[in-house]
Amino acid sequence: MRITQGCFSFLPDLTDDEISAQVEYCLARDWAIGVEYTDEPHPRNTFWEMWGNPMFDLKDAKGVMMELEDCRKANPDSYIRMNAFDNTRGLETVTMSFIVHRPAVEPRIIMRRTEVDGRSIRYTHEVAR
Amino acid sequence: MNEMSTTEITDKKKRYQAGVLKYAQMGYWDGDYEPKDTDLLALFRITPQDGVDPIEAAAAVAGESSTATWTVVWTDRLTACDQYRAKAYKVEPVPGQQGQYFCYVAYDLILFEEGSIANLTASIIGNVFSFKPLLAARLEDMRLPVAYCKTFKGPPTGIVVERERLDKFGRPLLGATTKPKLGLSGKNYGRVVYEGLKGGLDFMKDDENINSQPFMHWRDRFLYVMEAVNLATAQTGEVKGHYLNITAGTMEEMYRRAEFAKSLGSVIVMVDLIIGYTAIQSISEWCRQNDMILHLHRAGHGTYTRQKNHGISFRVIAKWMRLAGVDHIHAGTAVGKLEGDPMTVQGFYNVCRETHNAVDLSRGLFFDQDWGDIRKVMPVASGGIHAGQMHQLLDLFGDDVVLQFGGGTIGHPMGIQAGATANRVALEAMVKARNEGVDIANEGPEVLRRAAKWCKPLEAALDVWGNITFNYSSTDTSDFVPTASVS
Repeated sequence: MRITQGCFSFLPDLTDDEISAQVEYCLARDWAIGVEYTDEPHPRNTFWEMWGNPMFDLKDAKGVMMELEDCRKANPDSYIRMNAFDNTRGLETVTMSFIVHRPAVEPRIIMRRTEVDGRSIRYTHEVAR
Repeated sequence: MNEMSTTEITDKKKRYQAGVLKYAQMGYWDGDYEPKDTDLLALFRITPQDGVDPIEAAAAVAGESSTATWTVVWTDRLTACDQYRAKAYKVEPVPGQQGQYFCYVAYDLILFEEGSIANLTASIIGNVFSFKPLLAARLEDMRLPVAYCKTFKGPPTGIVVERERLDKFGRPLLGATTKPKLGLSGKNYGRVVYEGLKGGLDFMKDDENINSQPFMHWRDRFLYVMEAVNLATAQTGEVKGHYLNITAGTMEEMYRRAEFAKSLGSVIVMVDLIIGYTAIQSISEWCRQNDMILHLHRAGHGTYTRQKNHGISFRVIAKWMRLAGVDHIHAGTAVGKLEGDPMTVQGFYNVCRETHNAVDLSRGLFFDQDWGDIRKVMPVASGGIHAGQMHQLLDLFGDDVVLQFGGGTIGHPMGIQAGATANRVALEAMVKARNEGVDIANEGPEVLRRAAKWCKPLEAALDVWGNITFNYSSTDTSDFVPTASVS
């Protein structure tokens, strides 16, 4: 199942040149790029592992692409995403996020129903490999 | 203009003699007044009756929206009445509109109760719009001082936190209103919601008049919709939502519906503007206590925002709603089926989203407005828009907006999922192209056509709707620039 988190998941997987172009867009706006990876793409898994801190002082997309390459080598069967952070007052959060690497076989997400209170149901989701 | 009649009478004996004076003579006009940083400022467009002096008309507006009554009362002298009087301080003809004047009025902060839109509006729009010497009046804009803004809690969630909760960044959000808006059973309704969300939308939505009619009880709707939302989440790995409309006849019933929505795990609830300002502030308070995003549908606003000579500009309603505390507000599409000149609509968006609005006459913003770090409201573009307009929508509104394609999703020839996918692909392709430096305003159609080569649903959407436009001239336009039209 294709997980469609991030802002480009409905497009064909981005090539490295395309990823690099998006990184340049972010760096031109003084956003810091962070590379993050996870084995558990649960919709509410907010904290993916950080591949180092966001690269605050980096101005060259090449540096980001090297980090991505290292992260891919170390975690070939994980999801990897690029997060861009904007520290402008009143924003101060992730301003862009997109998946740049997927495992060869993506997991399924299973929905479990627990019947409670008459017809009400409590729903939980689990990542199943 | 008679100099005497527009000058305040300062001799106390003459001023407080029983009888009727002109409002300007009573002290509601002061052409030399320098507004204080803590004053609330209001800009009215007034059309005085024939023979009524514009300055006296402006003074009357200031008087009737603050302390005045039609005749002199000695009890004024028990108060610091000079400070309680609102002061009209500037009157100027509206460019190109015979008989209309912009009148600026300043109100001292003491005149308003903290944290109450009801109190604010009872003063500012309480009486003056029925005032006989005026043929018509329209509240065009307000400057709300930071000291006053800080008495409101504002949006319970705001754009930043909403995005963090939904884990969606770097693109507009996508939604659709479930159609037909009336008549579906709960089960059929949930089907439409599931298809739209699974196909790629972030949100589905109840329409403004879906409450609890005989064909679908509200609890049934909530139960089937949440099944659809959670199933779509499992199919995509994304957080999904449906604006459950909790609008009802009483606050008690609205709270009941809100609690049920929360118990089922909904991330968002919705109310209509017609529930009233106090009800909106109350439900906002509830949302703040319950981690709930609050969507506001502006049902009814067109009755008083559309005509330029009388009523209230929507930019004022947007300002009030940011203070009252909503997270989403329908603010126009510029390109869709509903009223809205592009620059004017951008002005509404700026009111919702900026931390500070600079004066921008071409977008209808007459005052500098510092929001004092109050959270930002996510504007919603909804009504007659489709995938073929994606480049225009992204170019006009940027990333922080919910684009809602109701008919443009559900009416898709290949089905609802395909309709949703077409919209999501069009959106992501356009964002990617923009970020790569493509001039989407001009080359957008080409970007869409390229994506349609590998995305059949988008190709079908462009075939059906690619040439649909709503090219009517707008009534609510800026007085300061020629109106641009967007097809």
